[in-house]
Amino acid sequence: MSDQAAGTPELINSRHDSRYEVTMYRHVGVEGAHTLDYYRRHGGYEAARKVLTSMTPAQVVDEVKASGLRGRGGAGFPTGVKWSFMPPPDGGPRYIVCNADESEPGSFKDRYFLEDDPHQLIEGMIIAAYAMHVTFGFIYIRGEYYHGYERTVAAIEEARQAGLLGKNIMDTDFSFDITVHRGAGAYICGEETALMNSLEGLRANPRLKPPFPAAAGMYGRPTTINNVESLTSAVHVINRGAAWFASMGTEDSKGTKLYQISGPVHKPGVYELPMGATFREFIYDFAGGPTMEAKAFIPGGSSTPMFPWEDRFLDMPMDYGSLAKNGSMLGTGGVIVIPRDKCIVDALYNLVRFYAHESCGKCTPCREGVGHWLPRMYQKLLAGLGRPEDVDLLEDVSSNIRGNAFCPLADACIMPVQASLKWFRDEYEYLAEHGRPKYQKSDWWQA
Amino acid sequence: MIELDTTTPYFADKQDVLDEILSRYPEEGRRSALMPLLWEVQRNERYISEARMHEIAEIVGITATEVKGVLSFYSTYHEQPVGRYHIQICSTLSCALAGADQMYDHLVEELGIVNGETDAEGRFSLQKAECVGSCGTAPVLLVNDTYYERVTKSRCHHLLEALRRDEMPEPWRERGGDTVGAEKAQPVGRSAPVTGAEGGEA
Repeated sequence: MSDQAAGTPELINSRHDSRYEVTMYRHVGVEGAHTLDYYRRHGGYEAARKVLTSMTPAQVVDEVKASGLRGRGGAGFPTGVKWSFMPPPDGGPRYIVCNADESEPGSFKDRYFLEDDPHQLIEGMIIAAYAMHVTFGFIYIRGEYYHGYERTVAAIEEARQAGLLGKNIMDTDFSFDITVHRGAGAYICGEETALMNSLEGLRANPRLKPPFPAAAGMYGRPTTINNVESLTSAVHVINRGAAWFASMGTEDSKGTKLYQISGPVHKPGVYELPMGATFREFIYDFAGGPTMEAKAFIPGGSSTPMFPWEDRFLDMPMDYGSLAKNGSMLGTGGVIVIPRDKCIVDALYNLVRFYAHESCGKCTPCREGVGHWLPRMYQKLLAGLGRPEDVDLLEDVSSNIRGNAFCPLADACIMPVQASLKWFRDEYEYLAEHGRPKYQKSDWWQA
Repeated sequence: MIELDTTTPYFADKQDVLDEILSRYPEEGRRSALMPLLWEVQRNERYISEARMHEIAEIVGITATEVKGVLSFYSTYHEQPVGRYHIQICSTLSCALAGADQMYDHLVEELGIVNGETDAEGRFSLQKAECVGSCGTAPVLLVNDTYYERVTKSRCHHLLEALRRDEMPEPWRERGGDTVGAEKAQPVGRSAPVTGAEGGEA
């Protein structure tokens, strides 16, 4: 870690590196951190002031591009590049939408920003709006996050009173305001075009792309959709500079990021680490390691293919490229640890049931394949009625769905199923052959 | 049972509430007010009746069928009244690994209702939910809009006892996770149990 090659300081990719400092997540959990007073006392809205008073919109976009920040909602598209897709202003309305519909199982980072640090998000939106000449913003918060909704609405009102939102923000020519919209329990709203339909008061079916949102989004106007964490990251990119952000991470993944961990570990929760830190560092040094023997982990939310609990995967850096190279994705950075005693078929059925429930019904492969075939095949296996050829059939159905659906939801279900078959086929076969799972523990509830 | 007057329009005497909701959206987006209007009705009446669908349709300028089409798309709008304490239990993987399935069985036994039902008194209703974003503090129950996290057997017992007395206990808000930095991340509030009977934070 300390080897320095020819004057270029090595990238920070461990939280043990003394140069690393937690930034975004520093105030989450602190009493009173959700108030404007607290936020300002800790340097809040200085980044917004900096862009509004000393930078051009193009400079802001360039700074975010140079930082290497990639979208934190799961897809990892470079944020600055996304911002640059917005067409030149023509005097009409232009929108920014913050995607706070966090619904991916295993992900729970954005929730705490909404509850404990909503001003950081508002500041990020002001910066993004200025950079893209946007006139109005929406925050789409999933319906269940009622506490976060109340806190965010209150924070927006505080910001308005203080002249940080509304007409002529900070006495500049820039005007911008935000509305908060509550979802009502639909995972598909995390897909950006489905989210826009939901925001427009329609059923949340995804839209065909192109046109992309930057060309025709909300009400047909130029629109950009960003994840909560992408926007809070932008605050610090501006505050500390693109070079600071890019000094952390790996070749293709820069900056600091929120990782989440759940399942049987000693200290589950959200942790901020530099990108490129290893799963081992995260799981053992921060989350305290598993509380029982583990056999697999899901690396970045339920849509990302799992890995067996082996050194070669635990020592993998948590960045976009390393995960992709190993056949998975970084996703939202939500790790789920799966203990040895959990029947893997049962674990996957839980996720398949989730996607079946959330399939929007628009296209046939997802509606019939994910919505009906898959859950029924799992039910048959788990009921002890399976036959050995059912495992092949499951594989066959999966490969026929993959890549053939209208939006990414179906693949988000299929890829984890395929990964479980790849690594734990023996458990499927055992179940199909014996009519009972290889691992049968079922009492997980603590007294 | 719940008896509501659904003949008088809901917004008849709430013009200010209606105006505020409509004012949240740009002029070109009047239909965007649909979901918040549905929320407004449901928060007060615990479901959305046909009459309310017609009323909202007229406000937004669409048909009642379209309103129902939207409403039925989402899991958390109800077309039948739910209980005064609408309990949602997260059933997705992280919660399942922390015992959500057994907790569900326990609730069924305790409340005498299954997923989707409301009890005869209209006090409790039970709904299995998909991931509610509380994976690090699993398992979790929502009572109306309030999260109760890390619900052990004994916490679940105390929670139900309290609700039977019509008391909504203060949630024991826990964050888990990060605890670094100068002024940082003591969990919000203490990890206070419902009755003070047992401990909290791992």
